[in-house]
Amino acid sequence: MLQFSFWDILSNLLVATQWTIVLSLIAFFCGGIVGLILLFMRTSRIAPLEWFTRIYIEFFQGTPLLMQLFLFFFGIALFGVEVSPWAAATLALTFWTSAFLTEIWRGCVESIPKGQWEASSSLALSYIEQMRYVILPQASRIAVAPTVGFSVQVIKGTALASIIGFVELTKAGTMLNNATFRPFLVYSLVALIYFCLCFPLSWWAKKIEGRLNVAR
Amino acid sequence: MSYKLQFAELLPYWNVLLYGLVFTIVLTIVSTVAGVAVGTAGAAARTFGPAWLGRIVAVYVELIRNTPFIVQLFFIFFGLPALGLKLSETTAAFLAMVINLGAYSTEIIRAGIEAVPKGHIEAGLSLAMTKWEVLRHVVLNQAFRKIYPALSSQIIIVMLGSAVVSQISAEDLTYAANFIASRNFRNFEVYLLVAVAYLVLAMLTRSALRALGRVIFKAR
Repeated sequence: MLQFSFWDILSNLLVATQWTIVLSLIAFFCGGIVGLILLFMRTSRIAPLEWFTRIYIEFFQGTPLLMQLFLFFFGIALFGVEVSPWAAATLALTFWTSAFLTEIWRGCVESIPKGQWEASSSLALSYIEQMRYVILPQASRIAVAPTVGFSVQVIKGTALASIIGFVELTKAGTMLNNATFRPFLVYSLVALIYFCLCFPLSWWAKKIEGRLNVAR
Repeated sequence: MSYKLQFAELLPYWNVLLYGLVFTIVLTIVSTVAGVAVGTAGAAARTFGPAWLGRIVAVYVELIRNTPFIVQLFFIFFGLPALGLKLSETTAAFLAMVINLGAYSTEIIRAGIEAVPKGHIEAGLSLAMTKWEVLRHVVLNQAFRKIYPALSSQIIIVMLGSAVVSQISAEDLTYAANFIASRNFRNFEVYLLVAVAYLVLAMLTRSALRALGRVIFKAR
């Protein structure tokens, strides 16, 4: 029988960690792009667009991420398309991330004084130009800390992709546990690796937040 | 799409779904009450307790906040028996939920406590109130009023996160969905129905917490 030493377990987990990181990065960046589009729609003051984003956000924030993963995994298959866990996880995590980022960024946009909107519109800037040149440059300053903070949630969210069979850190942990019967060691290491990924981001988010408060 | 959705096939399983729904609601309520109690104790320990205790609480909070809930759950359910502590899946689910919400609410309540002006504590102490009375009537009273909205949204996040306990076969709403899907293979229908159930549950929880907040923190 194949024997796993401590280093075998650790190195296998670290290999799987790469996939956690890749999935997190894709979800975060794609979610950011979708979130930015939704942000424009949400603050556009065009009723149908606003309603669409509201319902979208309500759905993705009001249902468990696990359910969303299941719905994408089994829902796309209904169209006769073969879905890999990889595609379902990417899609679900992207939409889930975008809903939260839109809400976070909307808060930042709304914290910009109304006078900025009025001044820029009196300078004959269109809505897109107002956002691009006046509002977003100011809002993005406030947005950095909560956005970095949310990236921690994205990394933790990728752990659920293990349930639909995507092999990342948590799934690798489960598989190694089944092979070695050392659950305490395996899951301690898994938790430790997640901690090493997430803690620096949490710490950084807190630091940026503190710096913003000093500036005020 | 040639596929026709068949929700009627879910009807025979209504009692399974109902059981799961009740389990999820009870799990949420119990872990909310216990989790906020843990959080209050943790926050008080961090702000007023001895330094060593505060450091232990800080490590607990950071460990939980920076690891996924599913890993915490697996650690408790699969990892702890190796140390001789064997838990049923229901107990493990409840324990994991309380530990998780406890860490988050420690951090939230601590922020509320730190927002209470120092002068209020000094005023309370100078009125010959004991330390406990000051904590209860001056500090926590104001702190909870301030952080109630943040705590409410965390409770909803934890409720949605509880879907994961189905993975250790604790019989919650998601477990019911998995069970039904494995019987009649109407995966999409059952997951859609359960997703909507969670959505309604989240909305109801939000309004219930808001109503509760109005009762507890009546404007004075």
